[in-house]
Amino acid sequence: MRRLPGMTATATSARSDLSELGRSETALRNFLHGLPGVDQVGAEQRAAQLGTRSIKTTAKARAIDLAIRMVDLTTLEGADTPGKVRALAAKALRPDPADPSCPHVGAVCVYPAMVPYVAEVLRGSAGSGRPSGGPDGNAPAGPGVVHLASVATAFPSGQAPLEVKLADTRAAVAAGADEIDMVINRGAFLAGRYREVYDEIVATKQACGDAHLKVILETGELATYDNVRRASWLAMLAGGDFIKTSTGKVPVAATLPVTLVMLEAVRDFRAATGRQVGVKPAGGIKNTKDAIKYLVMVNETVGPDWLDPDWFRFGASSLLNDLLMQRTKLTTGVYSGPDYFTLD
Amino acid sequence: MIFEYAPAPESRSVVDLKPSYGLFVDGEFVDPADGGGFKSVNPASEEVLAEIAEAGSADVDRAVRAARTAYEKVWGPMPGRDRAKYLFRIARIIQERSRELAVLESLDNGKPIRESRDVDLPLVAAHFFYYAGWADKLPYAGFGPNPRPLGVAAQVIPWNFPLLMLAWKIAPALAAGNTVVLKPAETTPLTALLFAEICQQAELPAGVVNIVTGAGDTGRALVEHPGVDKVAFTGSTEVGKAIARSVAGTGKKVTLELGGKAANIVFDDAPVDQAVEGIVNGIFFNQGHVCCAGSRLLVQESVAEQVLESLKRRMALLRVGDPLDKNTDIGAINSAAQLARIRELSAAGEAEGAERWSPPCELPERGFWFAPTIFTGVTQAHRIAREEIFGPVLSVLTFRTPAEAVEKANNTPYGLSAGIWTDKGSRILWMADRLRAGVVWANTFNKFDPTSPFGGYKESGYGREGGRHGLEGYLGV
Amino acid sequence: MSERVAVRKTYKLFIGGKFPRSESGRSYLVQSANVSLASRKDARDAVVAARAAVKGWAGATAYNRGQILYRVAEMLEGRREQFVALGVPADEVDAAIDRWVWYAGWSDKLPQVYGGANPVAGPYFNLSAPEPTGVVAVVAPEAPALLGLVSVIAPAIVTGNTVVVAASPTQPLASVTLAEVLATSDLPGGVVNVLTGAITETVPTLAAHLDVNAIDLTGVGDASLATELEVRAAENLKRVIRPAPADHDWYADPGLTRMTTLLETKTVWHPKGV
Repeated sequence: MRRLPGMTATATSARSDLSELGRSETALRNFLHGLPGVDQVGAEQRAAQLGTRSIKTTAKARAIDLAIRMVDLTTLEGADTPGKVRALAAKALRPDPADPSCPHVGAVCVYPAMVPYVAEVLRGSAGSGRPSGGPDGNAPAGPGVVHLASVATAFPSGQAPLEVKLADTRAAVAAGADEIDMVINRGAFLAGRYREVYDEIVATKQACGDAHLKVILETGELATYDNVRRASWLAMLAGGDFIKTSTGKVPVAATLPVTLVMLEAVRDFRAATGRQVGVKPAGGIKNTKDAIKYLVMVNETVGPDWLDPDWFRFGASSLLNDLLMQRTKLTTGVYSGPDYFTLD
Repeated sequence: MIFEYAPAPESRSVVDLKPSYGLFVDGEFVDPADGGGFKSVNPASEEVLAEIAEAGSADVDRAVRAARTAYEKVWGPMPGRDRAKYLFRIARIIQERSRELAVLESLDNGKPIRESRDVDLPLVAAHFFYYAGWADKLPYAGFGPNPRPLGVAAQVIPWNFPLLMLAWKIAPALAAGNTVVLKPAETTPLTALLFAEICQQAELPAGVVNIVTGAGDTGRALVEHPGVDKVAFTGSTEVGKAIARSVAGTGKKVTLELGGKAANIVFDDAPVDQAVEGIVNGIFFNQGHVCCAGSRLLVQESVAEQVLESLKRRMALLRVGDPLDKNTDIGAINSAAQLARIRELSAAGEAEGAERWSPPCELPERGFWFAPTIFTGVTQAHRIAREEIFGPVLSVLTFRTPAEAVEKANNTPYGLSAGIWTDKGSRILWMADRLRAGVVWANTFNKFDPTSPFGGYKESGYGREGGRHGLEGYLGV
Repeated sequence: MSERVAVRKTYKLFIGGKFPRSESGRSYLVQSANVSLASRKDARDAVVAARAAVKGWAGATAYNRGQILYRVAEMLEGRREQFVALGVPADEVDAAIDRWVWYAGWSDKLPQVYGGANPVAGPYFNLSAPEPTGVVAVVAPEAPALLGLVSVIAPAIVTGNTVVVAASPTQPLASVTLAEVLATSDLPGGVVNVLTGAITETVPTLAAHLDVNAIDLTGVGDASLATELEVRAAENLKRVIRPAPADHDWYADPGLTRMTTLLETKTVWHPKGV
């Protein structure tokens, strides 16, 4: 049996208005704690079972191209320089200079200070606002554009006054970022101050203007899947366009089961509200095999509607080269080596 | 994008099938006395896999005598530590040849390779490992200081988990010091015959394990043979009762692991995504050919609609098809006869007014197939809520209170297993106390382990297999 | 002065904590007394009483059941002479008393000895515990009348089962007198039900009864009757304790098998996670 298009979670019959929840700490708490629990063992087994899918030949080729288009090619180091991020942006546009059929990545993700240099490469000049799509400037051929994402809000800890975080956000957008990756206040979340977390997301969303907001839950610090589910809903209720697992700066980054719980959350959120929210696992996804496991999970949890760079991204750096190597293997039939791919 | 998985077939080349197989008696493959035979077919293609010898009563007699001699001369007197080593050897060979065994199991049974590879075979090896360790520790098993083996065990196993059921039978019997004559099901004899080769490879003394192939008559001859001391049977309640009658007055010790009609009970506070997985695993694992399958879904009325919607969405993702494709979730129905029974009961479900639903599903043209199916609007009075279907068919009923859930769950002559899904710990324990079932899975389902006793209440049989308890059926205690 | 005329006891059945006559109105003369001759209907009534008692008795705490069994020993000790007067040897009465004490202690220990945690290869809590099977039909041995009877009743009820006992047809007086002990020992009505009369009349009914979970054929001396009863018992797969050999030593350590054969092992799994 094969799944039919459109057979996804779209229970549009009973959409609820959840917009009032954020006005009351109690209402928010009651709602989040009323969400169904997540059994850790069951969730991890489901994720492991999906990981046993065997994706071969044509399916693998398509999955690799899709995964490349979903990469948020990321560098978030203190040592980042204009030269480094320019090179990264160039690679984002043309990941495999030897093969023009290779798609470009989904976005480049850098610190706010680095945004202008990336923008130069991606758009030809520092601009602002979210591109309307289609090739322009240096953008490559092919569908969509390479987006420019920036981590704002005192990344990665989020431990700064709100005004500072909002200023950080506005600056990144002004410098040309069309996607903002914010971190939630995990301290407030774990202390049960959900309203505080909610308000910060709302304020950041406002500061984003037209830029898309990805809300980083930092699931490695949330400790339980129940918390991941609650934080996911909190971020979506507050207006996040994407929910993202991790900063990549704590020991535990994206995992399959965490992503499963988040995918279930976006599926249920759309069923409840009609609004679709994207998911971005980030950190720790190093090779093609891992990436394909995520795509299988997307396919079998939320369905084809999310199998698109607009709705699913990988926050990664080294993943891209492995995808390119595997892609070359499939086209040429020969195993490649790291020397044949650019290191940027 | 529509993400279609390209075919990912497991290679058959790892299996080297002979055109025909004899009976395994006294350490060798032998021809049956009257030369009778039958064919074992691949239920996914109806292709003949091999010609199998049919054991008549003379052959059964020969096998029982071989087992008796081996018991008296070799296996009975052998120190437990040496019996243990043979069992450990067998466990290791099973691990080494697990891929071959898994492919053969899927070919002969129709179950998905994902399950034979990830569930059946690891459990088979684990069972031999577990009981191997008991062989030299029997005085510590809690059955008195000098537990004695019974003698010759007659073992008749079903077709749903051919090699796993063989392991459940042979491993504890041998560990306890008995010798065995085992009859695999007539539709799935091949892995048992490969196991016979493994016994040879392990240099297990001749006659300790004997395998006689055949159908019901062979099984009857074996069970009723006056030379056996122990009868262990897994299969239908109907045959189980016939065996219980036939051994009456003989003094043969009996273990019966029979049918079930398990309730899988979902409360409104269940971890719903895992519960849906548990429902799917409960009824669609192994095509529903599972005696402890969660074939009755009891869902709290307040969340019934939501759970059913999620369940249907999940069922639409089940991949039915080639058992050897690594991405197949539901394989072939084991035989034409079983398919006919599933169809008959499903038709009865419709005729009795229950609402039938299956996801859109293309079934292969050859072979025996049945789409995953649920019936809603089922009541306790429906046949599909009372009779074991032994196929991928789920009957959905609702309840309002925990007491009603218990009452409905227990309202069956069976009592093999039950499932409970709720986030409230005290409710789990309250329910578990009241459910009349030998295995209760709370917030999980269809989990098995060699250390964990398995077996039923009421008409689901008696005796336990697995764990320390599993030894008791093979010891004179 | 004339000699006092003794008040004779009427030996009746024991069903649901009461002492009714057989609904058939029949009795038979045995051990110089008229003893109720139980009918098939009495057997069915006894099963109803036994079934009704399961919930409360199986649901009682093990400590409570142990106390009640010990209370039976106390009561029996007090009536020691009464049994001796019925012809039961004194050492048999003593052994019967001691057997109640022995089994009383098992109530809260057998689940520990016979159950326990199973170290499964996965993140699961997994525990096996024994539970009573339910209603047990018991054919008491012909002899020893008291020790034999106690040795089949106590192991069945200590774990929470309820029983319908077919008493020794030839020596029923000890059975009825034991029932009187039970009736005054805080044992809930219906946990033990005693039928006197012909085994061939009541036991086939019990063996075939679908609301009986197990049958103890210990006292069936006739091999072909035992086989017939076992065949009947197969109809709903009753757990069966087969007849005791004629030379069975009732004074020896009984072991656990009588108890464990009438138990169901229930294994509960639960994931361990946060």
